[in-house]
Amino acid sequence: MCERPIGSAITPDGEAISYDTRGTLMTRRTRGSPYAPQDAADTEAMLAAVGADSEEDLFDIPESVRFDGAFDIDARSERAVRRQVERTLGRNDDLTEFMGRGHYDHYVPALVDDLSSRQEFLTSYTQYQPEVAQGFLQALFEYQSMLVELTGLGVANCSMYDAASALGEAATLSQRVRSVSGDRILVPDQLRDGKREVLEQYAAGPDLRVESYPTAAGTVDVDGLAAALDDDAAMVYAENPTVCGAVEESLDAVGELADDHDALFVLGSDPVALALLERPADVGADVVVGEASALGVGSAYGMGMGIFATREEYLRQVPGRLVGVSGDATGRRAFTLTLQTREQHIRKERATSNICTNQAWVALRTAIHVATLGPDGLVDLAEDCVRLAADLADRLDDVSGVIAPVHDRYHFREFQAKTDQPAAAVASDLEAEGFAVHVVGDHRIQVCVTDANEPEMDRFVDAVAEVA
Amino acid sequence: MTDGSADGGDSLDADEHAPEAGTLYDQARWTDDGEYEPLLSEKDATEVAIGEDSPLPDDLTRDSLELPGLAEPELARHYTRLSQMNYGVDSGPFPLGSCTMKYNPKFTEQAAADPNAAVHPDRSAGSVQGTLEVQAQLQDYLGRIGGMDAVTLQPPAGAAGEFTGIRIASAYHEANGEDRSEVIIPDSAHGTNFATAAMAGFDVVELPSAEDGRVDLEALEAAVGDDTAALMLTNPNTLGLFERDIEEIAALVHDAGGLLYYDGANLNALLGRARPGDMGFDVMHYNVHKTFATPHGGGGPGAGPVGVVEELAPFLPTPHVREQPDGSGYERYEPDQSIGKVHGFSGNWLVLVRAWAYIARLGDEGLADASAKAVLNANYLAERIDYEVPYGPFHHEFVASAGDQDAADAAKRMLDYGVHPPTTKWPEIVDEALMTEPTEAETRGSLDDLAAAFNAVSAEDDATLEAAPERTAARRIDQVSAAREPRLSWQALDD
Ligand SMILES: Cc1ncc(COP(=O)(O)O)c(C=O)c1O
Repeated sequence: MCERPIGSAITPDGEAISYDTRGTLMTRRTRGSPYAPQDAADTEAMLAAVGADSEEDLFDIPESVRFDGAFDIDARSERAVRRQVERTLGRNDDLTEFMGRGHYDHYVPALVDDLSSRQEFLTSYTQYQPEVAQGFLQALFEYQSMLVELTGLGVANCSMYDAASALGEAATLSQRVRSVSGDRILVPDQLRDGKREVLEQYAAGPDLRVESYPTAAGTVDVDGLAAALDDDAAMVYAENPTVCGAVEESLDAVGELADDHDALFVLGSDPVALALLERPADVGADVVVGEASALGVGSAYGMGMGIFATREEYLRQVPGRLVGVSGDATGRRAFTLTLQTREQHIRKERATSNICTNQAWVALRTAIHVATLGPDGLVDLAEDCVRLAADLADRLDDVSGVIAPVHDRYHFREFQAKTDQPAAAVASDLEAEGFAVHVVGDHRIQVCVTDANEPEMDRFVDAVAEVA
Repeated sequence: MTDGSADGGDSLDADEHAPEAGTLYDQARWTDDGEYEPLLSEKDATEVAIGEDSPLPDDLTRDSLELPGLAEPELARHYTRLSQMNYGVDSGPFPLGSCTMKYNPKFTEQAAADPNAAVHPDRSAGSVQGTLEVQAQLQDYLGRIGGMDAVTLQPPAGAAGEFTGIRIASAYHEANGEDRSEVIIPDSAHGTNFATAAMAGFDVVELPSAEDGRVDLEALEAAVGDDTAALMLTNPNTLGLFERDIEEIAALVHDAGGLLYYDGANLNALLGRARPGDMGFDVMHYNVHKTFATPHGGGGPGAGPVGVVEELAPFLPTPHVREQPDGSGYERYEPDQSIGKVHGFSGNWLVLVRAWAYIARLGDEGLADASAKAVLNANYLAERIDYEVPYGPFHHEFVASAGDQDAADAAKRMLDYGVHPPTTKWPEIVDEALMTEPTEAETRGSLDDLAAAFNAVSAEDDATLEAAPERTAARRIDQVSAAREPRLSWQALDD
């Protein structure tokens, strides 16, 4: 960012340009946007057509609020911006991440990048004109169907922003469902802070109380949950796998408890875990939320995509967009956004949610990733998440000064480990060795392993042995 | 049997209403045994039993999983065909009002694909200095562009930005010991404004527009009071009109103790010419998938950063990013009275990288020119169409009236002329509204084509419009039956 231009010139068409030491074009002070194609003659003709002397004449802005300062942002050539991106982001340390806790890195097949980048998908808009958007609609319909299969629930929408906002939407849905009364939203005490804070944001408007119930050994403490429940409970939230990677063993009991108190049972998961772990519909889940971007995106600094699936009886209370089947004038099957009377552009303040722009393109990527894996590949990937976690925990447990896993449970992708050394020191020493892990307690780290970082497992175990 | 030609040999090629001139458009259309491109599930369904060799005991697993199991070449073909049945910004003009469907520069895709952008959000600040620097720089750019003192990048879309802004307003009033229960919103506002205010627990007070399409000062004066938490406004408004009385509006709201919220959906009209911060707005969102050219992705992801004035900065979501006071690098911190988080992590990071690259590429002159050309294009187009445009002077968008025609039908017919139609039937203040925003990206020639499409349609009879579209992948789709008998998954088709 701070390179200094060493040469500059004015081009014949009046652009001021400058060069760096290697002669690379650094800045080009165009007189305009490179993506606004009107040339001077066109501009003049167009101004004449509308009867204006200048572009400025077209702005009906009172003098007193006109801006005549500068942003002081220099225009740059495409090459220069790309180099700046590379250099700036190049300041990120190149660490091999063994991190999860809600944001996962699975290898994304090239097919996903290639197909999703087709401009017809990437640059299109929400499908308000379905006749020219059949392709995207069908892909979203297929995504919804994949989620229906994975969750066993009858309806899945075509995306929320992320797992946290989907959880918030589930809480507000619990208020709109007639069979549920109460205002208490019960969540596990170990819920990830970020998720809980977003949930509280959604809970504030309708005056819902977000409260914790206890967990034991990384999963639901069923007696503790039973004690926390009363008829003011509107919703019980559990996760599988849990935030510490444990496979939840008491889902049936959680479902029954929620049901006994007429509370909505909301389960958090992701599409890889759903391919192997108990099917939410079979344990009485009313809503499934979670992070669909575990497939299709990879590490993206938290950019994700929220799952929202529920029972058919709540269909008209679902937030966000739904793609359905209809027919066209030729009688052929065709796809369209449907039940839009739930949505903000029609229902305004009575809408089920304010969401408009969602994560449709991520849903497309997730769907292509699922399709690329197929059912065999997806189940294999999920089983590997169990095997790899067990294997890595075993190997870390052999390191002196480390006990892993902390919880006596099956694990999926990740687990917690106890360290004799302070965890913060272990993590920072690991950084020096080229690895990143989560610190989750004074003497506790959390480690996540997938197909993406598996090849680095040996080096990682060596590094832990070095620093622990 | 698959037939990849544009005509399926039956009613698909009925072309009674073929447009007579100008750009003609036949969208690719794949059919198979008389239906369009089959579903993945119709190409294959493979059931996998979760079996003996599972690493989990069977009471912790599902029994089986049934999904399509297709090979890569089959999938490449499936999704390529689907893409051919989809219209994007690069396909042709996309003058969808309020949506700012501008060209998405390709190099921003490469910027977002930088391998160093692919990091976990919980990495230590020290190990992601590059990412934090991009965030800090984008916050700074956006602050300058909007005239705001501090900016958070966390909200993942415009509506999420609204929610963040209104939650901030709520926290601010609460911190001042005030209980304010109402948010005022003009009747011409976008649906998300109303839904956001309600979601945040406020009562919505809808403000009727004045005859000139702008805020009615008297009505506003009557509406504001001790209960007013905020007024949500976009400027130029959804008719493209600048709220000339913005200073009086701000004074009325501020005098009543309320805050002024700016919906940034229409910022593409003002770049370098006016800034929400200078007009008296206290809090705003930026819609980077509109103004800053990040692709809409068929409905998302976008990003909705929120800017605030100094007084509201302590309420911003956590973590916030800033340069360390000693200039040695960048850090995350929690603002004093933070409302907490509004996204599970740091928002739609890969969208923000694209926006940062776009702003850096354009600079002051490019941004100002984008607005100038967006406004010029809208004016030029409006000048050339036969439909009446009742309100003006407008900026980057205008709302024409389809008059006696049904706006939705007219829009369907426009599809046959190779253009995407405008937003229809909103704002309701214009009868049969055609809300049109060509953006700066269209050439004079393509605006002429667009105008020809408008004019051809405006001269056609209702029967033709009702039969449209005819040249698109699918013909007119029955909305009523889709909603009456919802079938939302391939599983539902078997029933
Ligand atoms: C005027 C206006 N406000 C708000 C929004 C909501 O923004 P987003 O779709 O990014 O949530 C839109 C988007 O369509 C809009 O046009």
